[in-house]
Amino acid sequence: MHNATIKKLSADLAAKKLSSVEATQHFLQRIKALNQQYNCFITVDEEKSLTQARAADALRAAGRAQHLTGVPVAQKDIFCSKGWLTTCGSKILSNFVSPYDAHVVERLNAAGAVNIGKTNMDEFAMGSSSETSWYGPVKNPWDAATVPGGSSGGSAAAVAARLAPAAIGTDTGGSIRQPAALTGISGLKPTYGVVSRYGMIAFASSLDQGGPMARSAEDLALMLNVMAGFDARDSTSLDRPAEDYTRDLARPISGFRIGLPREFLAEGVASEVAQRVGRAVEQFRKLGCETVEVSLPNMALSVPVYYVLAPAEASSNLARFDGVRYGYRASDYDDLVGMYKKTRAEGFGAEVKRRILIGTYVLSHGYYDAYYIRAQKLRRLIAQDFIEAFKKCDVIMGPTSPTTAFRLGEKADDPVQMYLSDIYTIAVNLAGLPGMSIPCGFDSQGLPVGLQIIGDYFAEAKMLNVAHQYQLATDWHVRMPPGIE
Amino acid sequence: MIPYAASIFKGFFQGFMALTLDDVKRVAHLARIEISDTGAASVLDDLVNIFKLIEQMQAIDVSGIEPMSHAQDVVLRLREDAVTESDQHALFQSVAPQVEAGLYLVPKVIE
Repeated sequence: MHNATIKKLSADLAAKKLSSVEATQHFLQRIKALNQQYNCFITVDEEKSLTQARAADALRAAGRAQHLTGVPVAQKDIFCSKGWLTTCGSKILSNFVSPYDAHVVERLNAAGAVNIGKTNMDEFAMGSSSETSWYGPVKNPWDAATVPGGSSGGSAAAVAARLAPAAIGTDTGGSIRQPAALTGISGLKPTYGVVSRYGMIAFASSLDQGGPMARSAEDLALMLNVMAGFDARDSTSLDRPAEDYTRDLARPISGFRIGLPREFLAEGVASEVAQRVGRAVEQFRKLGCETVEVSLPNMALSVPVYYVLAPAEASSNLARFDGVRYGYRASDYDDLVGMYKKTRAEGFGAEVKRRILIGTYVLSHGYYDAYYIRAQKLRRLIAQDFIEAFKKCDVIMGPTSPTTAFRLGEKADDPVQMYLSDIYTIAVNLAGLPGMSIPCGFDSQGLPVGLQIIGDYFAEAKMLNVAHQYQLATDWHVRMPPGIE
Repeated sequence: MIPYAASIFKGFFQGFMALTLDDVKRVAHLARIEISDTGAASVLDDLVNIFKLIEQMQAIDVSGIEPMSHAQDVVLRLREDAVTESDQHALFQSVAPQVEAGLYLVPKVIE
């Protein structure tokens, strides 16, 4: 059962071969048996999950079921879930039981999905390895000595280890796509504004976007159908007609033009990664696609630009954690400023503090124009490169990450090396475009390689079409980590 | 990685090289994060490396380019000036560190 996709689980639930309570119990038992090994979940609450499962079974019995009704879905601990501990991987929120639901959580609840638990992550989503969590690092099910990527590493590892059929994540600079690539699953970051950020704990508000993580493109489409939608409580939520993201899955893709940016296979990418991505492109040619070379000349600047803009926005967003209204408060202080300073010094981890300091510096008097405004100007150049490229192609393809999963601790003491592992994903967030990662093979160590598919604004259905057609022709996405049966 | 363009933009380079322990402490104060002398020294090392990466931005001519603050050209929505929220202060204060009579308690601010 745990190897079934949402599509299959949904069909079994509809055919009454299975109840949601049974499915939920099955995944809860797997989490109980295996979570210690991978540290995917921060919070599991059997009673809450089973209550939702019973309600889902009742909904189905009443003939009001949708695709996700009764299906267990793991939630990254960045999403506020009412009555659940919601920590964002941080000590400063280690006692925060959310009094309200994120918009995405409301929508999943309304669809009858079962929250199977809150997943581990880099603290405040700041990281590419899921090692900065206050709750300890997540391990990659393909090799427990390696990282699952980050920041949505708990969600990715949970789906890869078959502890959940699907999960929700967030992506500010690659935090859905890179962990999906490193754990051999599929993940989609929608166009900025498609999924509401309400109740999604803010990191860099102009870049943050929630999205689905699952084992197939088809499941991603089913998840996005529920997650996407207008929400007046997020001022950047886009008021557009609802889409059925499954509508084009079955379409043939012959004649599609795939853009291959020459900058994507420059120095720095592991040769095995480049080779597997090349083979995937070859497969698309067999499916009738054409390839065309495109150029994203300013892509190398996306990392420096991101490490000005994201910390700047983070330093502002994280000012709210002051020990006054919620969360951790230091126990020993003399006055108000001392309370703020001690609370934040004790409550935040090293990487979060580093980024707050960078952000405060680049926004401070005398540096604002040289750093912050300059970065915003370069952001426009990076976005324009994509607009030019999409005049020549339907989708852009390349590696999701320059390497496969790296070893735990390997980059933990070198922030710059860690930042560069997001070189292929960051530009997509800066431009606000949709991007996804699907499995396209393995390196000689048996670690998964991810293929990144980037679409034009609102081209999610087209990207899912392309990914689904690839997954019909290949079986990389159904491979299981060793020892998982 | 693109070449480090420090020599072309010497002024910026000098600006960044001038990042000192005092800068780190000043910024930490602005950000309301307590930092020890040894903590500030190790943060300084990290920040110097990160700013080497960030300085790559100075190699590009950005004159005449409009800053991009957002991915979508959205206009802030207006709504009727009407009450839409119900009173949930008890619920929201239930997760606060210290509350009394509906007020958040903090150390004394005015002597």
